[in-house]
Amino acid sequence: MPLLAVVALAAGTYAFRLAGPVLRHRLRLPGRLRHLLSVAATVLLIALVATSALTEGHGFAGWARPAGVLVAGILTLRKAPFPLIVVLAAATTAVLRLLGVP
Amino acid sequence: MHSLWRTLDRGTLRDIALVCLADAMVGAAFGAIAVSGGLPPWVPVVMSLLVFAGGAQFAAVGVVLSGGAPIAAVAAGLVLNARLLPFGFAIGDVLGGRWWTRLTGAHLMTDEAVAFVLRDGDPRRRHAAFWACGLGLFVSWNAAVVLGALAGRGIGDTDALGLDAAFPAVLLALVLPSLAERNVRNAALRRACVLGALVAVAATPFLPAGLPVLLALIGLVLATRAPAPLPDREVR
Repeated sequence: MPLLAVVALAAGTYAFRLAGPVLRHRLRLPGRLRHLLSVAATVLLIALVATSALTEGHGFAGWARPAGVLVAGILTLRKAPFPLIVVLAAATTAVLRLLGVP
Repeated sequence: MHSLWRTLDRGTLRDIALVCLADAMVGAAFGAIAVSGGLPPWVPVVMSLLVFAGGAQFAAVGVVLSGGAPIAAVAAGLVLNARLLPFGFAIGDVLGGRWWTRLTGAHLMTDEAVAFVLRDGDPRRRHAAFWACGLGLFVSWNAAVVLGALAGRGIGDTDALGLDAAFPAVLLALVLPSLAERNVRNAALRRACVLGALVAVAATPFLPAGLPVLLALIGLVLATRAPAPLPDREVR
């Protein structure tokens, strides 16, 4: 992979990251739009949870990973401490794989 | 910087440290996979420093290792990172007002840092959580990639440890509590999230990685019909 490709990816990524903080400061966004942007961030994060839990490439990720994420969801709603949630999610997935679940 | 640590409670710092640890293990795997696939060690190391976005790094290296053109690797990574644009508009205010905090803070923006910001309503704690998570992840991720690249094949299979479930679990644990609070505004937000997630998963078989998550913004049509937004300090 040539250095130029790494730099191109880095420059594009940085532009995505910088546009919001710079433009937000220049433009005074109305409250309604600010609210919608914060909703958009939550919607994107939940979509990221769904796709990274359920899919791998263009297909299904198998049952072990969504099972671990489901455990995380249940523990979160039961107000379990954060480290317990993350460790038990990974452990569920790892144990299921150990048992031969894909 | 000193006030940053005083603003955050121990629980938040502990949570951030755990996320850094989980991501470091994935970072070590990234370095090892890139090098054992045949890339020189500087590629994963420089890429992690300059790009600093795990998903896009895996995607770009994956394209190159499977024989794809560098331009295809760049395109795959950029599509995955396009979500950083709306993230920047949503939480850009937490970087602070000075030009240099915006320039450096922007580079530290990740899914995890955004989720830590959204978890808290207090501006000072949001600011502190962003910088602690951003700096912590930058140091731990890059150090781990160096170690992974040096170790090469020595790094084990992170899927066997269930670490692929840790990333969605972390984001869910950070975002879900505020979503679960029962109030009128949240009902619209929940509907928007459910529709967005359904659209993203349904689109995954047909679109390049990264685009399905952006399509989730269709869910916003359900949020715009919400009652007019109240000031930040509304009754919960």
